[in-house]
Parts: sequence; structure tokens; C-alpha cells
Amino acid sequence: MAGRLRTIGLRITHAIPVILGVVVVSFLLTRALPGDPAVYFAGHAADEASIEEVRTALGLDKPLPEQFLVYAGNVLTGDLGQSLSTGQPVIEDLAHRLPASLELTLTALLLSCTIAIPLGVLAATRPGSAVDHLCRVLVTAGVSLPTFFTGVLLIYIFYYLLGIAPSPLGRLDFIYIEPDRITGFYLIDAAIAGDWETWTGALKQLVLPAITLTLFTLAPLARMTRAAMLSALSSDYIRTARAAGLTEDKVLFTYAFRNALLPVVTTLGMVFSFTLGANVLVEKVFAWPGIGSYAVEALVVSDYAAVQGFVLAMALLFVVLNLVIDLSYTLIDPRIGFETR
Amino acid sequence: MSSMGRAFSPFPFKKGTDMTNETSRRGFLKGAGATVLGAAALPFLKVLPASAAGKDVIVTVIGQTINSLDLHRTGTNRPSYQVAVNAYDRLVSFGTKTMPDGSLSYDYSVIEPEVAESWEFTDNDMAIVFKLRPEGKFQDGSPITAQDVKWSFDRAVSVGGFPTVQMKAGSLENPEQFEVVDDLTFKINLLRKSKLTLPDLAVPVPMIINSKVALEHATEADPWAMEYLHKTPAGSGAFKVAAWKPGEQLVYERNDNWTSGPVPAVKRVVIREVPSPATRRALLERGDIDMSFDMPNKDAKELSGAEDMTIVTTPVENAIYCLCPNLAFEPFKDKRVRQAIAFAVPYEEVFQTAAYGRGSPMWGGTSATPEDIAWPQKFPYSTDLDKAKALLVEAGYGDGFEVPLSIDLSQSDWMEPAALLIQENLAKIGITATIEKIPGANWRTASLVEKRLPLALETFGGWLNYPCYYFFWAYQEGHLFNSSNYRNEEIETLTPEALHMSVEDPDYAPKIKRMIEIAWDEVPRIALWQPALNVGTRDLSGYEYWFHRQPDVRSLSKA
Amino acid sequence: MSDITTSQVPVKQDGTLAHIGYVLRSNPVTLLAFTMFAILLLAAVLGPVIVPYDPMESNAAIALQPPSMAHWFGTDNLGRDVFSRVILATRLDLAISVAAVALSFLIGSVLGSVAGYWGGWLDTVLNRLFDTIMAFPLFVLAMGIVAALGNTVENIVYATAVINIPFYARLVRAEVNIRRDAGFAQAAKLAGNSDIRVLALHIFPNALPPMMVQVSLNLGWAILNAAGLSFIGLGVRPPTAEWGIMVAEGANFIVSGEWWLAFFPGFALMFAVFTFNLLGDGLRDMVDPRQRS
Repeated sequence: MAGRLRTIGLRITHAIPVILGVVVVSFLLTRALPGDPAVYFAGHAADEASIEEVRTALGLDKPLPEQFLVYAGNVLTGDLGQSLSTGQPVIEDLAHRLPASLELTLTALLLSCTIAIPLGVLAATRPGSAVDHLCRVLVTAGVSLPTFFTGVLLIYIFYYLLGIAPSPLGRLDFIYIEPDRITGFYLIDAAIAGDWETWTGALKQLVLPAITLTLFTLAPLARMTRAAMLSALSSDYIRTARAAGLTEDKVLFTYAFRNALLPVVTTLGMVFSFTLGANVLVEKVFAWPGIGSYAVEALVVSDYAAVQGFVLAMALLFVVLNLVIDLSYTLIDPRIGFETR
Repeated sequence: MSSMGRAFSPFPFKKGTDMTNETSRRGFLKGAGATVLGAAALPFLKVLPASAAGKDVIVTVIGQTINSLDLHRTGTNRPSYQVAVNAYDRLVSFGTKTMPDGSLSYDYSVIEPEVAESWEFTDNDMAIVFKLRPEGKFQDGSPITAQDVKWSFDRAVSVGGFPTVQMKAGSLENPEQFEVVDDLTFKINLLRKSKLTLPDLAVPVPMIINSKVALEHATEADPWAMEYLHKTPAGSGAFKVAAWKPGEQLVYERNDNWTSGPVPAVKRVVIREVPSPATRRALLERGDIDMSFDMPNKDAKELSGAEDMTIVTTPVENAIYCLCPNLAFEPFKDKRVRQAIAFAVPYEEVFQTAAYGRGSPMWGGTSATPEDIAWPQKFPYSTDLDKAKALLVEAGYGDGFEVPLSIDLSQSDWMEPAALLIQENLAKIGITATIEKIPGANWRTASLVEKRLPLALETFGGWLNYPCYYFFWAYQEGHLFNSSNYRNEEIETLTPEALHMSVEDPDYAPKIKRMIEIAWDEVPRIALWQPALNVGTRDLSGYEYWFHRQPDVRSLSKA
Repeated sequence: MSDITTSQVPVKQDGTLAHIGYVLRSNPVTLLAFTMFAILLLAAVLGPVIVPYDPMESNAAIALQPPSMAHWFGTDNLGRDVFSRVILATRLDLAISVAAVALSFLIGSVLGSVAGYWGGWLDTVLNRLFDTIMAFPLFVLAMGIVAALGNTVENIVYATAVINIPFYARLVRAEVNIRRDAGFAQAAKLAGNSDIRVLALHIFPNALPPMMVQVSLNLGWAILNAAGLSFIGLGVRPPTAEWGIMVAEGANFIVSGEWWLAFFPGFALMFAVFTFNLLGDGLRDMVDPRQRS
């Protein structure tokens, strides 16, 4: 156990340079953005004197290294600065918007898994058959569609033409009250409050954007499931199990599937962080108040603090996610040590 | 991953108190219960759909984000100005007039009382004395006093940035000008006689803040309570802000004890932010909202025939969409080259394609000298490629030249088609233009502050509706909206002379006419068209156009 | 008996061409992918010759017309022929993705080989660098780069290349690392070959097959990436025809009923990405027979 704790500690120390790198790169990237936030935020009739005042107020008149030290110092104390475009502290904005993005992403991934994994298993049991090819073409078609295009198309068909989807206005329609905030996930909060009407309302809003993301994430999951199942099915222990006369279902699900799970979990982790990035476009289409749409707006107006905060939050999330995946490996399969990775 | 959400969960917003007696909150909202509820008892996000809400609630969509509740704050964006309009009052306001098409518009020629009940010019017209309404109350019930007015004005001229610049336009420049005579008497000492002072008191900037509340939250580092008022309005306006979530929505709740005018007809107005114009259109068409503010021209054109919708299109006063050749660059130093470009623009196609015919044409004038001082009025140019070509040859550019044509990414909805059509016609007279899209953050810096774009589209419109005010910003050298780096000695002398002069002064009209004549002849700004503001409503009355181009929800009511 | 041998014989023995033929025959989807790829190439090469209209020429009189015999895909808001623009955009979109992928392939190969062969502190530094790049949400990083450098075709290529470098570098590093002490590498070194020569001629080629798969998949990603950048306004300059920007602009017209503006370029986009994805799968089957059962 002490050895395991030590490896965990080692793994965490590996993440530190990455986080430092992210802090530096995000700082440099925002400073390289064109435009002068002082001009933008001084307002539409500001003269040079007032622009200078704004510049001083924002601390942008200082030399770059000094700005960086100020920034790094603030980050250490948990102060990510104020977003100029929303007028709120960045940390509050993120705290508010991250659950929205996560709720959408997780719902999409859940949906994706329930479709992709059975599809993958089905394809693996009949390799080369029509089912296999159909599965491959379908999931590839899904991943080939630009998400913003799928999103707009779904809105047009299901909201505008058919009128069965609710208006694409973010997380809740006008009718409902935001549930008391506990986790920030509307579905969970509404369930805790026992307010099933709001729960349904939140779910309705989730459906279209979640489907959009699901279409995009089916392919890697289905393909990986298929590949992992194929290699598991061709292994010796499956042959042994079959020879021992176990039923095909038992062989498939108890032995093969369990062993195929590990690579699928890895892929899931990758897909998760990837989907959080892809959210940027989907959120814009569905007016979803997540961190993706926040980042786009901030980037366009050179809102330094907001962009840095967003990038930092995403990077931390990514690092934590990888850590969790790595650690879960050792729990699933103690033979895997970090040294081999 | 749900633990991530919890880790970040310290809830940044105040939550309301009335979560106790809810059997079904949805039903409770729909029913009469909502009408007896005070704003103090509102939960954080209490909103209603247009359909379920009845006559008491209006739902409006806008495309941008409201980023502050305090107009004076650094970084407050334009959509936020509506909070100053709806949640605060000013000393005076403008009147209302009916437009030829039957829609309502503010009337800049009439100044009406708001917090002040009367005013008079004294000290040989070098001061204005305002008498405040004795019954005037802030939203917290405390009286509106001259001390509040002074504190608010001091703040506006001291904080810098846009509010200070706008105050200065009305010759309101330093706190010494503002004097408290007694609790209900406020005096402004004028630096100069100017026709702009009184109208400038009716723009959103000189809003009156409850200084007692603000001072309670002021600190040594923050003497103007910027942090507090940013999130908590303290005014006397017709509406209170019941909820505000930047990026999502703002909810107004009626101030039932409004003292500066007739209490509004609706109890609640929801301003919902929807960035996608296509979604905004769908919402209006499907009847899920009551009002769509600042619609794209195309939607306005296509929906204006619809039976159950009203689309109001009002030309924006004192505004022109222009093509600006920059005189800091060689070919454009020559007046004939600028004129050649003015003759090359395919005006009608641009107007139909980029504006879908919404707005007023600003080309095809017949005389080189203006007949009256109306502004904007049609420039004496129209599409004439032969003339353009001839002018270029005369100027020695018969072989043409290359120039980048810059547009603002965030306004590409109209700038891009306009630029493409202009580019095509310029090619016909030998000028090779390449279109450059500049991101919003960089646009102001490049076009207005550094003025380094050789050829660009520009959109200035003046809040105060006088031609001299437009010339002051857009034609005088070094001024912000003169992105052409234009300088003309006559304009430099005429503009400041006309700026503060009364419109009735017999010298005024000749000066303005001369200025317009020069602007036409030298064309540092090639007028394309006068833009229009489109607002779509369903079963709504009382919508009024304002120069600030933000929704004034005080006059709205549901049919 | 002979029936069984044709389908069960280990593929390698048949030679490369025969193997490709075998894969194509046994996998109709891959055959389809190659056919689609040929169509794309044809459109890219012959585009300017076969389009019926000048894709840049506007005509306000016929703006926003639905698909007809004269304009197969309708016209856009400036009256330009959508069909001509979609076809012509093929070349640019393919060029962007090929250039971006080639760039990341080259840089990734060099960095990955260096890291994998010599190891040590260089390996550590490069690895941390790749970790840092990959810790960014990749699309957002691309957005940032294009926003910072300006939205030109070259910068879109650079941004797309940068976010893909770590994938190639990682792949090459792993392959090189495994083989640097392998017998054939040692033998080549003992025969008097320099490190760089051994690395370039003996070890690196082993990494090529898995990389080709990555290339093919990445070509699709690159197109989507460029389209996404266009959607948020960071794409190529107008009036250049590009699928992403056409879909992005067309998306605003869908609700008002002009679906053809977004649909056809969207379809072309999907067609291209679909082709590359299927191709990638097919290539994997060819270069890595173990993946097949």
C-alpha cells in the first residue's frame, strides 16, 4: 500500500510541470491575441486619456514579465481575475458554467456508451458481416458531421418544423425555476429537491445538444469496443472457456467483455476531454451557458482573464482525469505500474 | 466526475427566501400567487414563458450579454445601458412622437421632466437650476435629494472612460459645476452656453444613484462603490433588477412605487440572451417570446408581412454606414481617387443585399450643395463606373492600385456582403481590393484608435441628434470616429463654432450647409446607407425607439 | 479444400499488392472509401474546369434562389452559384488538411525520433511539452493560435499542425523506443552506420504503417477543425469558397427556409471527412493484419 501511495505521489508530481507549462502558455497566448482590451473596454466614445486610464486600471501598462508575475501570484492564491465581458470574477463564472458543460458532456457520453458499446460488441461477434460494415459506416458518418451543422439541423427539424423539441434556450425553459443549487447539475439538483417537473424540463433541454455530441462520440467508442472484444475473443482463456462448455452469453459477457473493458475505459477518458473541447461549438448553437461558449466570447474580445481561467480550468480537469484513469488501472489490474508507461 | 461540480459549488449568487410554501412551483407561478409576491421574496431565477405568463410578463430576446448593472463601470458594454434606462432615472427625459409609419419614437426636440419637476436657466444663462419632485423616492423608499444628484454627477465626470467623455460632450466636466442649493434644488454651473447640455442630461449616463446606499458600500480603494453598484442597482427607476445572470438573462420586476412617471403596465420583463440570430427568429416565429430586439435586416424584411407579428423598423438617427478611405495612405490623399471610389460603389446592390432594403438610401443626391441642414441626407454620388474610371485616370491611377478592404468580424453579417460587392466593382475600375476580417477586439484599435486601415467600413452614429455633433466626432482631425485621418481647415473652424450654438441662431444653418458641402465634395467618408433598428413584437404595444438603441421596457404593455 | 485456403491463408505470404486486393475484395466499405477518395481528388484537380459558373461572381438579382436546373445547389445571398463554390472549395479544403497533416507528420516524426532514440533529458523535456499541448482543449488552442496570428489560410494550417504534432511524436517515440536496442538496429550500428542513419533508414520506417493510419484519420479531423474555426469566424477570408465558412454562414439561413446554403457544403464536408475516416480504417486493415480476425 505504501508503494502504491508513493506511485500516486509520483504521478501527481509528474502533473506539476504540465500545469506550470499551461499557465505560461496560456499567458503568452492571451498576450499574443490581437487587439487592445483597454480600447475595447473603454467604451464606444472613449478618448485616448480614458483608454490610458482603463489600461492602468487593468494593469496592462506594466511590462510583460511583471504582468506575468502578478498573474502567477494571483493564480496561486486562487484569484483568476475579473472577466471583462461578463463583469464577474472568472472563478465565479467558471464555477457557474462548468457544471453546465459537464452535465451536457456526461449525458452525451452516457448516451454514447449505451449505444456504442452494444454496437461494438455486436460488430465484434460478427466480424466482416453486413452488421459489422453497417455499424462502421454509421458511426463514421456520425463523426464526420461538423457538430455545429448537426446542431442547427436538429434545431431546424425538431424545434422549428416539428415543434416537438423545446426552444433551444440553454438549460431550462422560461417555465421552470432553477433548482436549488447543490451540485450545479440541474438533473441531480432537481431530483434531490424532488421537483420532477423541473427535472423533465431540464432533460428536455438536454436532449438535442446531447444527441449532437453523442453522434460525434459514437465512433471512437464503438470502434474501440469492437477491437477490444475481437482481441479478447481470440485469446486463449476464451477458447478454454468455450471448450469447457460454457454458454456463449456467459463467455461473451462474463469473460470477454470484462477483459475488453480496460481499453474502452481509456478511450472513454480521451473522448471525454475531447468532447469538453468540442463543446465550444455545440454550446454556441444551443445557447448553452457552459464554459465553451464562455471561452469563445472571451477570446473574440481578448478578455485575458477569462481565456486564461478557462484554459487553466480545462487543463486541470484534463490532468485530474488522466490521474484518475491511471489510478483506476492500478486498481483494476495491479500488474500495471507507472514505470512501464 | 460529478464531484467536480461539487468542488466548485460555492454559490456566488444570493438566493431568495421563499422556497418554503411550494406545492408545485410551476403552478404557483402561473397562478395568482405570483402577483402578490414582492420582489424581495423572489427566488433567484423566477421566470415565465410568454404563453404561460398572461399579461403581466413580457419575454424579450437580445443577442448580446449584459455585463454590468452599472453604466459608469469600466468595461460596461452597450447592451448593459438598458439597465441605466430601466432601473434608474435622470433629471430629464425626452418626449415621445409618432413616426409617419405609426410607430413611436423618442422626440429629441422635447425635453420632459423625470426626477426634476422643473428647471430654469439663471445667472445670465450660465447656470441651470433644477427643482426635484418633492415626492421623489428611490426604490428603497428613501427620498431623492439634490445630494444624490450631485454625487451621481460627480461620479460620472470622475470615473473616466465612456461616462466622462459623454458628460464632457454636454460641457459637464468637473464636480465644481454641480451645486446643492437645498435638498430639492440642484444647480449646474455652465462652462459655456451650449445647446448640448440639456439633451446630454437625458442620455443614459447621468443616471441618479441612491448615494446613501452607495456610500455605505464605498471603501477607500473604491470611493464610487463600483463593485457594489456593478451587481446591485440603487436607483429610482421604473423597474428593479430581480435577477441577473450574465450570459443568460436579466429579469426586471416592476417598481410599484415609481415616482418619476406612470407605473408600467407589466409586472415583469425577462431579457433573455440568445446569441444565435436564427434561434431568435425561430422563437419569435413560434410565439415563444413577445419581443425580439435588434433583429437582423433579413429577418425583419421576411417577417414584416406576417400576420401575427409586428416588425418596427426605425432609421437610426444621426447614423450612417460608411466606406472610409484613409487619407494617411497615398492614393486616397487625392480627392479624385476618393470620389472615384464613391462613384464605383454599387449602392443599390449593397443596400438590397447587405441591408435587405431596411434603412434609408444615402446616395443619389441631385445637388452638390445641400438645401437644408437635415442630417444625414443623400450624398451626391451614385454608381457610375465611367465617371469613376475617368477620375482615376485624371488622378494618375489609370492602372489602378491594390488596397486591403477591412471589415469587422463581429459585424460581418452586413459588412461582408457589402465589402464583397464593393470589391467586385472596384475591380472593374482597376482597383484590387483584398478583404480583411479583423476580430472585434482588434477592430476598434485598428480602425478608430490607431486609424491604420487604408480602406474600411465604419458605422458611427451620434446620440445627440445634431449634424455638428456628428461632424465633431467623425470629421474633425484626431477625433475618435474620424478613421479617415481627414483634416480640412474650414471644418476645423466651423465645427467647434457650430457645436454649442443654438439651432435657432441665424448663423447656424449656413455653417452646417457649408460643412455638409465640404464633406460631400471631399468624401473622406462615403455614405452607403442610414442603418435601421428592427424590433419584432407579438401582441405588444408601446414599443418606442430610442437613440441609445436599447430596449426601454417602461412603456410596454401586452394586448 | 481450396476454398478454405483462400480465406484462411496468412495474408503476408501473398505479397503486398495481393494483400491490398484481398482487403478491398473482402471489405466492400474500404473499396467504397477508395472510390469516394477518387471522386474527391477528381473534384479537386478538375474543379475550376468543370464548374458551370464563376464562383466569385455575385448577381444580386438572383440571390437566394432554391436549387434548380440552372443552379443545382441554388444560389447564396449574393447570388453566387452554390454548386460551383462547393466544387471549387474541394481543392482548398484538401490543401489545408494535407498541408497541416504533412507539417505535423514531419515535425512530429523528427521530435518523436529524437526523443525515442536518445532519450534522457531531451525526452523528458519534449514529453512535458507534448503533455502541455495536449492538456489544452485542442480546438481552443487552435482558436487561440489563429486569433493571435490572424485568420489566413497559412495560420489555419499552422494551428491545425501544432495541435496534431503530439499524436505523431508520441507514436514515433514509442515505435523508435522499442526498436532502438533491437538486433537489427545494433547490427546496423556495428556495420559502421551513424546514429542518424540507423534512425532514419532502419528504425523510423517501422513506425510508418501505424502513422499512415493516423494520417488518414487526421486528414478528416483537419477538415473539421478548419470548418469549426470558420464557424466562429476565424476561417479563411471572403470571398474564398471554403466548406466550413459556407456551412457557418448558411446555418443562419436555415430557419428562414434557405436550407441549401448550409446543406450542400455541409454534405461535401461530411463526404470528405467520411472518406478519410473510412480510408483510415481500411488502411489499418492493410498495414496491420493482426487487427483483423
